[in-house]
Amino acid sequence: MSAVVELNQVTKEYPGGVTALHGVDLRIGRGELLAIVGPSGSGKSTLLHIVGTLDRPSAGSVTLAGHDVAALSDRRLSALRARHIGFVFQSFHLVAGVSAQDNVAEGLLYSGLPRAQRRRRAALALERVGLADRMHHRPHELSGGQRQRVAIARAVVGEPDLLLADEPTGALDSASSGAVMELLHDLNAEGATIAVITHDGEIADSLPRQVRIRDGRVVADLRTGAADPADRGGER
Amino acid sequence: MSGTRLSPARLGPRDVLHVGSAGLRTRPLRVVLSALGIAIGIATMIAVVGISSSSKAQLLRQLDQLGTNLLVASPGQGLFGEKVKLPKESIGMLSRIPGVEQVGATGDLAQSVRRSEKIPKDETGGITVKAATEGLLDVVRGAVGSGIWLNEANGRYPSTVLGHVAAQRLGITAPGQQVHIGGRYFTVIGILDPLPLAPEIERAALVGWDGAGTLLGFDGHPTQIYERSTDRTVSAVRELIPRTVDPQNPRNVQVTDPSSALQAKAATEGAFTDLLLGLGGVALLVGGVGVANTMIISVLERRHEIGLRRSLGATRGQIRLQFVTESLLLSGLGGLAGVALGAVATYAFAASGGLPWVVPLWAVTGGFAATLLIGTVAGLYPAVRAARLSPTLALHTG
Ligand SMILES: Nc1ncnc2c1ncn2[C@@H]1O[C@H](COP(=O)(O)OP(=O)(O)OP(=O)(O)O)[C@@H](O)[C@H]1O
Ligand SMILES: [Mg+2]
Repeated sequence: MSAVVELNQVTKEYPGGVTALHGVDLRIGRGELLAIVGPSGSGKSTLLHIVGTLDRPSAGSVTLAGHDVAALSDRRLSALRARHIGFVFQSFHLVAGVSAQDNVAEGLLYSGLPRAQRRRRAALALERVGLADRMHHRPHELSGGQRQRVAIARAVVGEPDLLLADEPTGALDSASSGAVMELLHDLNAEGATIAVITHDGEIADSLPRQVRIRDGRVVADLRTGAADPADRGGER
Repeated sequence: MSGTRLSPARLGPRDVLHVGSAGLRTRPLRVVLSALGIAIGIATMIAVVGISSSSKAQLLRQLDQLGTNLLVASPGQGLFGEKVKLPKESIGMLSRIPGVEQVGATGDLAQSVRRSEKIPKDETGGITVKAATEGLLDVVRGAVGSGIWLNEANGRYPSTVLGHVAAQRLGITAPGQQVHIGGRYFTVIGILDPLPLAPEIERAALVGWDGAGTLLGFDGHPTQIYERSTDRTVSAVRELIPRTVDPQNPRNVQVTDPSSALQAKAATEGAFTDLLLGLGGVALLVGGVGVANTMIISVLERRHEIGLRRSLGATRGQIRLQFVTESLLLSGLGGLAGVALGAVATYAFAASGGLPWVVPLWAVTGGFAATLLIGTVAGLYPAVRAARLSPTLALHTG
C-alpha cells in the first residue's frame, strides 16, 4: 500500500511552551479510513493541521503525496492543498448567503478550472452526497446534517488524495451523524483516503483503523478490521 | 507523483471580482454606509468644480455674446483736477477712425428724474438723466424689453427710455407712464433689458440727443462715447482714440474696455473654490478612513472564511488580492455615486441659474482616480493582515 502521508518524528511546540505533539510517527496508506481519537487537548487537531499542511512541525518531517512539506514555500503548500487535500470542519464553514452549489464550487476555485466546469462538478458532488434537490438552497435553509454534507461535497469535489475531517459529527444529532458517517464510508469504498477525528467511541469503533493519542503521543494504533470497506457502501 | 511541479493556479479577473465582492453582497447596508463618506467627498469636489466651471462657461458665453470689441471714451481729469469736456464734434471724429464700425454716445444732464414733482429733487435714487444718440442701443448690444427705442421723431418730444434698474427704482413697469424731469413730465416710451457691459445706462433715464438740447438745455458735449471696431483693430483704435477725440489735449481722454471686468471675473472664477475643494478633500480622507475601518472589521469577522480559503488552497497573495479588491469595490462604488451626485447637484445649480451645465472630464476622472487610490491604500493594511493570518488560528472556533 503506497503512503499518502508519512509523518516522521513530528514534534509541534507552540509559542508559550506548550508541546502539542511529541515525536509522532504516522503513515496513512492510500484508501485507508482511520479514526484519530483521544482526550481533549491531546493534540488531535494539531496533528490533523500538520498532516493537512495548514501548519508546519517544529521538528520531524512530513511527506504528503510524495512532496517533502518542509521544502515547500507557502505558495507551493497552497497549491498542494488545492490539489491533494480536502478539509471538513466541525462548524462546516460554509459561506453564508451563497447557494449550496456555489459553496461546493468554491472548493475548486483555487484549482485553476474554468467556472462553468467548477459549477458542473459541484452539482455532481452534491448529487453524490444526496443533496441533488438542495442545489440552490443557501446554508441557513439547510439542516445541520445537510450543511455538513455540503461541506463534505466541497472537500471531495476536487477528488483529493486525502480527506481530513475534524469532528465532522461534533455539532450533529445522532441521526445526522449516522448519515454523515455513512457518506464517509461510501466515499472510502469508492477509493478516498479519509482521516476522521472523533470523540465518539462508537464511531471510532466502526472504522477499520484507530489511532489513539494522549498528551501529544500516539499511544495505540489499532486495526480493528471492523466494517471492511469492501462490504459497505455503494447503495446510495 | 513526486515529480509534479506544484504551482498555484491564477485566479481569472472574473473570479477575483467574485471573491472580492462576496463580502459586500452579504452586507449591503454596511457597503452603503461606508461608501457614503467617499461619495460625499467626491460629490463635493465634483459639484464645486462643476458649479465654478458652469459659472465660468456662462461668463464666457456672455462675453461671446457681448463681444470684447467695445471701447468707451470719456473725459478724464484736467491737469489740475478740474472737470474737462469732450469736444462736441468728437463723435464724428471717432467714427472716422479706420476699423470703427459703430458709434454711440451719451451726455450727462444735471437733472434729476422723479416719479412726480412732489418728490424732493435730491432723492435721485442713484438714477441719472442722459442724452442718448440713436446709435447707442446697437453699440452696447442692448434690447428694448418693452416699448420702443428713441428715434428722430419721438426724440424731439418729452419722451424717455429707462434702463432696467432705473425703471425698477422709479417703479415704472410699462411704457406709457410718466416721470418728472427738469420741471416737466416725460412719457416713458421704452424700458431696456439688462446691459451687462454698460451698468451706467441701466441706471439712467435716456432722452433723445436733440430733444435734450431743446427741452433740458443739453450743451451737446458727450460724456461717454461707445464704439465698436473690428476685433483685429481694437488695440489700434484704442491707441488712436485720445488723439482723435481731443487733438489738443489727448491726455484728457480716458479709454476703458467694459468687457475687461467680465474677463477678469471669468479668470478669477474658481479662486474661492480652493477652500471648498479642500473641504471635499477632507471629506474624502474621512471616507477613506471609514473604508479602512470597515475593511479591518471585515477581516476580523471573516477569519473563518480566510482560514477556509487557505485550506482550499488560496495563497497569501490571493487572500490579499481578495481584500484589496473588496476595498477597491467599496470605494469605487462610493466614487461612482459621488460623481453622479456631484453632477446632479451641478445640474440643479445650473438649471436654476440658467447656466450651461459643465462637469469637466478631468474632474470626473481625477475624482475617480482618487477614490481608486484611496481604496488601494485603505485596503492594503487590512489585506496584508488577512494574508498573514495563520490558517490554523483562523479556523479556530471561538
Ligand atoms: N495556537 C495555539 N497556541 C498555543 N497552544 C495551542 C494552540 N493550539 C493548540 N494549543 C494547545 O495544544 C494542545 C493540543 O491542542 P489541540 O487543539 O490539538 O487538541 P485537541 O486534541 O484537538 O482537543 P479537542 O478535542 O478539545 O479539540 C492543547 O494543549 C492546546 O492548548
Ligand atoms: Mg480539536
